[in-house]
Amino acid sequence: MKYFRLIWKNAWRKKIRTSLTVLSVFVAFLLFALLSALGFAFRGGVDVADAERLIVIDKISLINPLPMSYRNRIAATEGVESVTHASWFGGYYQDPRNQFGQFPVDPESYFDMYPEFNMPAEQFEAFKRNRTGAVVGREIADTYGWKVGDQIPIQATIWTRADGGRTWEFQLEGIFSTDDPRGSSALMLFQYDYFEEARAFGKGTVGWYILRVSKGADPVQVANAIDLQFANSPNETETSTEAAFAQSFTKQFGNIALIVTLILGAVFFTLLLVSGNTMSQSVRERISELAVLKTLGFSDPAVLGIVLSESILIMLMGGLLGLGLGWLLIQGLAQQMAAFLPGIFLSPAAMAGGVAMMIGAGILAGIFPALKAMRLSIIDALARA
Amino acid sequence: MSDILAKLRGVSRIYQKGKEKVEVLHELDLEIPKGDFIAIMGPSGSGKTTLLNLLGGLDKPTAGTVNVGGAELSSMSNSQLSHWRSTNVGFIFQFYNLLPVLTALRNVELPLLLTDFSSKERVKRASIALDIVGLADRAKHYPRELSGGQEQRVAIARAIVSDPSLLLCDEPTGDLDRETADEILRLLQVLNREHGKTIVMVTHDAQAADYANRTLHCDKGTLEAREAA
Ligand SMILES: Nc1ncnc2c1ncn2[C@@H]1O[C@H](COP(=O)(O)OP(=O)(O)OP(=O)(O)O)[C@@H](O)[C@H]1O
Ligand SMILES: [Mg+2]
Repeated sequence: MKYFRLIWKNAWRKKIRTSLTVLSVFVAFLLFALLSALGFAFRGGVDVADAERLIVIDKISLINPLPMSYRNRIAATEGVESVTHASWFGGYYQDPRNQFGQFPVDPESYFDMYPEFNMPAEQFEAFKRNRTGAVVGREIADTYGWKVGDQIPIQATIWTRADGGRTWEFQLEGIFSTDDPRGSSALMLFQYDYFEEARAFGKGTVGWYILRVSKGADPVQVANAIDLQFANSPNETETSTEAAFAQSFTKQFGNIALIVTLILGAVFFTLLLVSGNTMSQSVRERISELAVLKTLGFSDPAVLGIVLSESILIMLMGGLLGLGLGWLLIQGLAQQMAAFLPGIFLSPAAMAGGVAMMIGAGILAGIFPALKAMRLSIIDALARA
Repeated sequence: MSDILAKLRGVSRIYQKGKEKVEVLHELDLEIPKGDFIAIMGPSGSGKTTLLNLLGGLDKPTAGTVNVGGAELSSMSNSQLSHWRSTNVGFIFQFYNLLPVLTALRNVELPLLLTDFSSKERVKRASIALDIVGLADRAKHYPRELSGGQEQRVAIARAIVSDPSLLLCDEPTGDLDRETADEILRLLQVLNREHGKTIVMVTHDAQAADYANRTLHCDKGTLEAREAA
């Protein structure tokens, strides 16, 4: 880019004016980053949800356990391809503030159900072989600095051991991550068999079932069939799709997405006016300089490109700063808000969209001044100077 | 005819001012030999700048042909002309017309941005050009930090950096005091004599015209080129 110096210097010809313009672009894209990360959280659950995965919980309350015997009956229901289960352990690591999800699961069927969780094959094998083994998501491993092979004591808040102890010791056999950038891997998983054998009470139950609907089957019908089966039993069930689960939560935020879009629209409209004005002032001030460039042999497209690049450069300067700060804030925010609003996330798609908007806005703001510069008649411009 | 650099044949330039047509140049014939230094004098509005614009490929004649260095300017497209200008002609204006946002060196470098030279090579050539006009020590200065005479020297360096054979100067000393003007004119003379540049210079100043090899006079309305007595 041998024209870069020229473009850069021209962009800063009026330092205060350019700074103010960059600042307004910065604010607009900071807002864009924050709002789209929040919007993502509101929509997020629904997007991540797998429509072919159903969750079976106790009809009365999520915290009521379901009998282990349901597993085979669910598996035998028409339209069910596979079943697994999980339970809520609710322990903490070292300090009661260090809470995160810990689920006793059946390793094989659980990881089958969640193909988005990835782990090296040898770690998975080691996990299956070790009754007291555990695996954690990358986020958890990073938070506590755990490595494969570490001995990890978890304090139980609910599940006392049959021997009266409250400390459960696990060996970390593997670390998994999720393919889905929007999903979370903030989980610790260990063997249900060990949990079942060692716990003091509640034997023969699980927290909830997760099942996959076979291809072509209607998830709604399958859900109804399951709930019907267990009607009038001591443990009636409530089966819903992950999406429905998430949707019922998100519905109340439905209009927020619209409001976010409207606010962003207004912000960007203002932004275009501000930077468009900056660019046309800037071009008006240097008609004779542009004429000189053309006199020296700069072609019409080159002059157009130089002015447009200047406009895009101003957008990129403010925009990337805004997006960058937004990203940093969101990292912090996501941790703070994880409990209330999980899935606050600035997706790569949103960031790419942001950069595309910067370039688009740069072109829109600069195109008319750039065309004016391009069409400028050298002799008229020089005669006026 | 290799010793003729520019040849104008039957050149007319008519401006349309509303309904009125103003014929600034009327069927002008002119030949400029290589290595010549011509001064053009004449009253305001007589078409001097118009003539320079035609010679420099900034404007096209309404009728007639303009041939410079073998290139038929009158039949070239705008983009061809712009490319031609970048290597064949250097312009020097009354008000220097440097870019205020660039240093002297970077101003001089501008025409080289249109070439394939490496950045190192461009800086080297720009430095040489600044050296020729005696401003090597002002390379890092911005135009606002230079005197009028120095600015004009930078402009001259910019005009010669891509080594064109023709220099077109429109009142290059019009904004300078006598002493500085003489320095600039001597510099043009050096460029003409030692570097073989063909120079066409418009001026209102008879003393400035004395530096040229010959002076052509424009008369009001239509141009009539005649040798000075
Ligand atoms: N773009 C244009 N449109 C209409 N008329 C023009 C245009 N450019 C120049 N003219 C007219 O052509 C005539 C010659 O102009 P030109 O600039 O060539 O004169 P000049 O000899 O350079 O004058 P000066 O000494 O004042 O610079 C003037 O009457 C001017 O008004
Ligand atoms: Mg003139």
